[in-house]
This record gives sequence, structure tokens and C-alpha cells, in this order.
Amino acid sequence: MTRDRILTAAAVGILLAFLWFADRTFSAYSIRILNTIAIFSIVAVTYNLINGVTGQFSLGPNAFIAIGSYTSALLTLSPQEKAASFIIDPIVWPLSVISVSFPVSLIAAGVLAGLIAFLISVPVFRVRGDYLAIVTLGFGEVMQVITNNAVSITNGPLGLKGLYPHTTLWWSWGLCIFTIICTVRLVNSSYGRAMKAVREDETAAEAMGIDAFWTKTLAFTFSAFFAGVAGGLLAHLITTISPSLFTFFLTFNLLIIIVVGGLGSTTGALIGAVLFAWGGEALRVVEEPFTLFGYDLPGIPGMRMVIFSAILILTMIFARSGIMGRREFSWQAAIDLGSTLLQRIRRT
Amino acid sequence: MSETLLRTEGLTVVFGGLVALSGLDLEIRRGEIVGLIGPNGAGKTTAFNAITGVVQPSSGRIFLGEEDITARPAPKIAAKGIARTFQQIRLYDDLTVIENVMVAGHSSVRYTFLEAVTGLGRFSADEKRISEYAEYLLELMGLSDVISAKASALPYGRQRKLEIARALALRPTVLLLDEPVAGMNPMETKGFADLLRRLHRELNLTIGLIDHDMGFVMNVCHKIKVIDHGVPIAWGTPNEIRTDQKVIAAYLGTAA
Ligand SMILES: Nc1ncnc2c1ncn2[C@@H]1O[C@H](COP(=O)(O)OP(=O)(O)O)[C@@H](O)[C@H]1O
Ligand SMILES: [Mg+2]
Repeated sequence: MTRDRILTAAAVGILLAFLWFADRTFSAYSIRILNTIAIFSIVAVTYNLINGVTGQFSLGPNAFIAIGSYTSALLTLSPQEKAASFIIDPIVWPLSVISVSFPVSLIAAGVLAGLIAFLISVPVFRVRGDYLAIVTLGFGEVMQVITNNAVSITNGPLGLKGLYPHTTLWWSWGLCIFTIICTVRLVNSSYGRAMKAVREDETAAEAMGIDAFWTKTLAFTFSAFFAGVAGGLLAHLITTISPSLFTFFLTFNLLIIIVVGGLGSTTGALIGAVLFAWGGEALRVVEEPFTLFGYDLPGIPGMRMVIFSAILILTMIFARSGIMGRREFSWQAAIDLGSTLLQRIRRT
Repeated sequence: MSETLLRTEGLTVVFGGLVALSGLDLEIRRGEIVGLIGPNGAGKTTAFNAITGVVQPSSGRIFLGEEDITARPAPKIAAKGIARTFQQIRLYDDLTVIENVMVAGHSSVRYTFLEAVTGLGRFSADEKRISEYAEYLLELMGLSDVISAKASALPYGRQRKLEIARALALRPTVLLLDEPVAGMNPMETKGFADLLRRLHRELNLTIGLIDHDMGFVMNVCHKIKVIDHGVPIAWGTPNEIRTDQKVIAAYLGTAA
């Protein structure tokens, strides 16, 4: 176990060194992709906690990311900036005068998203049955309506512009590592075992003293908290947010990430997030005009989503458990895999 | 004799129009092994379900010691010390054997959610306590060699034992076993009877059990309750039950 600790510390060290290097030498475009990977990882890992580990089908991350984005953005913009951009309806007090630092705004983003998730939990988890999907889907639509129409709070369809790009590699990856550590610890604690027991057999879990209501509420609130924080990071990465960013489409992408990665596996969620964020950029070419066998083909917007959807469908048909299944990364498994590969190479 | 530990008064469960259990008065004293027998569909499992909060009783009361626990939520009842197994095995299939057992340690966990997330405070010491007790129970049940296998990978007989180990991890005062020897051959049943006596002795358990294997029930139980079509028809020591005319007519007669 000491060995594993050392290896983990070394891996984190290498990651930090890489980020330091990337921060100094990479193009703005590459840095943005790295930031996106970190932000998607935060959401995917915690979304997997409720959907994969606890087995409760939530369709809510888009709503919680939206709550986090708007909260954080409204809190960091200065009163002057807010007065300038709210041209249809002036912004309500006290939002019109509040301005806090970026870290405080992130905490507020997480806390508000978590609080709202908690309030949703009470009616949804009090009764048994799969109401979570319906309620979170509806809640996402409600958030769309609110962000579009509560103009004096959200500035409506115009959204919020001119946010300061606070989200550096250090913030996004620092919080990503923090999220992963918290989630892995939680999953490996008694609380995590309770979540898995609820997923496997709710009646048997309750018969063994596990309060299914609190267990589901904890998982859902925890995941919403981090979705909120990720929303704050996202807002200060792209610096312009509007309701159209947070449609169900965002949740659909996250669902692809955790299903392809392997529902129930934190490692899988991470792999899924990296593949998605990186693959999404790599596949941009298919949406641009290109030449195939001498024919000039026009760019087809949305083509990437067709590809992602196809990957999701193929995964559901041919590899239901995704890349990782419910397995997790472990150093022992990595070392074993490495030595098997080495032997194969030597033999040939 | 010692005091009454688990008591039901007129326990009745109705499903739609079907009276599954009607007016069950049951008294289990501390340290006793009590059998609950009756033909299929008699309402035995329903009685266990009502006691453990899996189904709501339609009327009647349930007491654990002095405390009225009627219709309390299942996790509360479990935490108060009533553990059970299921007639149809209900393990957490995708978890390992030891994780299955450790799940039942959750109600005794001393660390908070924040200590779990940070790994600070009582986390390590308490995890060690839970895993060591799970290992001890698995050894007691003869499952030490499969600790990290998936529960679903075990053969049927060992899954039954794992279910008991998991129930014991609640550190219950009362253990309710629903057909523990179903599907076992006579040799295995005999071994299980010995094991049950050992658990009863070493863990100071009070046990309620349902089974159709009359030899086994007569052998291990101090007292037996017989129900038929939801209605209690007899109560007594194994010898009294063996010679009870109503029981012979309703149950042993048809079984023999
Ligand atoms: N959840 C339920 N809903 C409706 N009917 C039930 C339910 N559980 C049991 N029953 C019915 O109650 C009666 C008693 O069943 P049960 O307690 O399982 O019998 P036993 O364990 O003695 O074989 C049966 O007729 C059964 O079909
Ligand atoms: Mg039964």
C-alpha cells in the first residue's frame, strides 16, 4: 500500500509537471482542450456516483451545471459590468451590488446546486420507484425556462458576457484532482458500500440497516455540488454563457461519457471524459468542408453528435459494460498488465 | 426462564383481499431458538417481513424487549438488532464477499461523511474494525477462502452462508432465518445444525427460523409455532408439536 501511495504521488507529480509545461508552451487552443477535459472529468466522475454507483438514473447534470455557471458568473462580475450587460431589464438587487472572488463564487456555485439537489431529493427519494429520471429531466427544462425568462437575474437569452477568464489549468486540474480524490474515498468508504448495496438490492440494503433515502440523497447532493463547481469553472473558461449551453444535450453527452467509460467505474468515467473532450475536438474535421475522392463535400454541422450517438448505440449493443465495466484502475493491475505486455513483446 | 425479547400481538397482514397472516401471537425469549412452520403459503415469510419492516402489518403490534417497533422503517429495525436472511437469496451480487458483509457494518459506523471523503479522523480505525469483524464472521461461516470473490460467483450453499454472515455483521440480538437449509442434502443440513448451535452459543443469539425440514427444525428448536393458511394452530416444544393432532392433520400428515 505504501508502494501504491508512492506511485500515486509520483503520477500526480508528473501530471503537475506536465501542466506546468503545457501552461508555458501550449497554444491557447490546446490549453482550452485540457481545461475542458478537466471540467468534463469533474462532472463525469460525480455523475457516475449517482447513476453508476448508486444506480439512480438522474438526467440532471445540465441543470446543476447551469445553476453553478450562472451563480458563479453573477458573483464574479463587477456591479458596473452587470449594469452594462443587463440592457433589457436591470439586474435585481442584491445581485446588482455583490461581487466576490472566483474561489468564493465556486463554493457558492457548488453549495447552491447541492442545496437544490437536496430539496429535489426529499420528495423524489421518499417514495420508491424510478421517479428521478422524470423529475430531473423536467427540472432541466424548468431551468431552461428560468434562464431564458428570468431576465432580471439571468439576462435571458442574451446570457452573461465578458467574464474574466479565471479558469486556468491550475484551477481546473486542481479541482479535478480534488474531486477524484473525494469521490474515490467516498466510494471506498462505508457510505460508498451503502450506495452500491442500494444499487444492487434496495430491500436487502434496508434489511441490513441502510437508510436508502439518505444514501441516495447523499449521492445526488454530492454529485450536484461538483456539477455546480464545474459549471463555475466552465463559465470562467468560455467567458460567455447563455441558456443554450445547458440544454438536455449536455446531459446526453455526459451520459455517453459514463456509459462508454463503464457505468459504475470512476476510472471509466475519467476515460470517457478524456476521450469525449479530446475526441470532440479531433472530430471537428467532419463538420468542416472536406474533399473525398475528388468530391467537395460541404461541412455537416452536428455530424460529431451523429458519430457520438453511433458510438453510444454500438456500446449498448456490443459492449454493454463499456470500457471498464465496473472495474477500477489499480497499480497492481497496471503493473500486471505491463509485465504481460512486456512478455508478449519479448516472445515475438 | 429469561425475559421475552421479541413478541408479536395479533400480528395480521392483508394483501388486497388475501389474509396472508392472521392474529399471530409469538413470544421469543432471550437465547431461545424458535421455529415457525407451516405448509407453503401459510404466511411464515410474511410474518418475518412484517417483523423486519419489509411489509406493513394491517393490525397487531410487534415489540422488541419493551419497545414497540410496529411498522418502523426496515433500516431502523435492523439497526435495533433484528437481522434476517431471505427465502430467495438476496445478496449484493456484484460486490465481493467481504464487501457484502461490511455493508451491514454501516449502521455502526462512527465516522461521518466528511471524515470518509477526507480520510481523516476515525475513518481508518473504524474501517479496520468493520473489515476485521467481517473477516471473523466469514471465517466462522467457512468462507475465508473466497473473501474477494464476487458474491454471484459462489455456489448456492455458500451464498446462503454468506447471507448469514452478512446478517451477523449487524451484531443482531435476534436473527431470523427464512428456510436456511432449503436445498441442502442431509449431510449439509446436519453440518448446518451444528454451525447454528455454535453461532447461538458464541454470539449469544436469539434465533427465529422457518424451515420445511422437520428433522432439522425438531432438532435445533426449543419451541415451535405452527401456522396454517395464516392462522396460528399450535405452539409448544418439539415433542408437543410432534404429537399435536391439529398439526398432524394440517401439516405433518400431508407432508409424511
Ligand atoms: N408482497 C405480497 N403481495 C401479495 N401477496 C403476497 C405477498 N407476499 C406474500 N403474499 C401471499 O401471502 C401468502 C403467504 O405467503 P408467504 O408468507 O410467502 O408464505 P410462506 O412463507 O409460509 O410459504 C401467499 O398466499 C402469498 O402468495
Ligand atoms: Mg416463505
